[in-house]
Amino acid sequence: MTKSVLIEKIAEKIDGLSKKQTEVIIETIFESIKEALAKGGKVEIRGFGNFRLRSRKARKARNPKTGESVDVPPKKVPYFKVGKELREMVNRNI
Amino acid sequence: MTKADLADKLYEKIGLPKKETAAIVEILFDSMKHILSEGESIKITGFGTFLVRKKSARKGRNPKTGTELEIEQRRVVTFKPSLQFKELVEKV
Repeated sequence: MTKSVLIEKIAEKIDGLSKKQTEVIIETIFESIKEALAKGGKVEIRGFGNFRLRSRKARKARNPKTGESVDVPPKKVPYFKVGKELREMVNRNI
Repeated sequence: MTKADLADKLYEKIGLPKKETAAIVEILFDSMKHILSEGESIKITGFGTFLVRKKSARKGRNPKTGTELEIEQRRVVTFKPSLQFKELVEKV
């Protein structure tokens, strides 16, 4: 499912909201999550999960084409930890 | 940041009444939970993809007691951030 299908589903559920308005809202929510993490914060959505950053150590890698060794600097990556409720929900009907 | 703060952001950024924004945030994550629990993945362009992956049954061990036990087949949700998201935070 893509964002546009999700937008349609949600627009149906909320009276008086157009698809365009719903789209702006959903974009804004995900933008806000990204911004919070970009500031070094974390986002906790009870029942759904938590978003935070994880550290990756510096490492040496190789350019697969040339075989040359390159240094990969340490960096942060987005990490999502699924919430208890969602973890249980996806296992309810299998 | 919590759901309430996300609702506040919606108020600040697009001026929706606070009462409505809280309900919308709730509906969004609720809908996503239901879609994922049907086994369907969700791709949010510019943000990332929530994937539902199947894990087959395997034998495991209770790390405390060492007793062997059967871990049943299950589904797990994973998140693969978009390139854009990864680039935004890599130097934080």
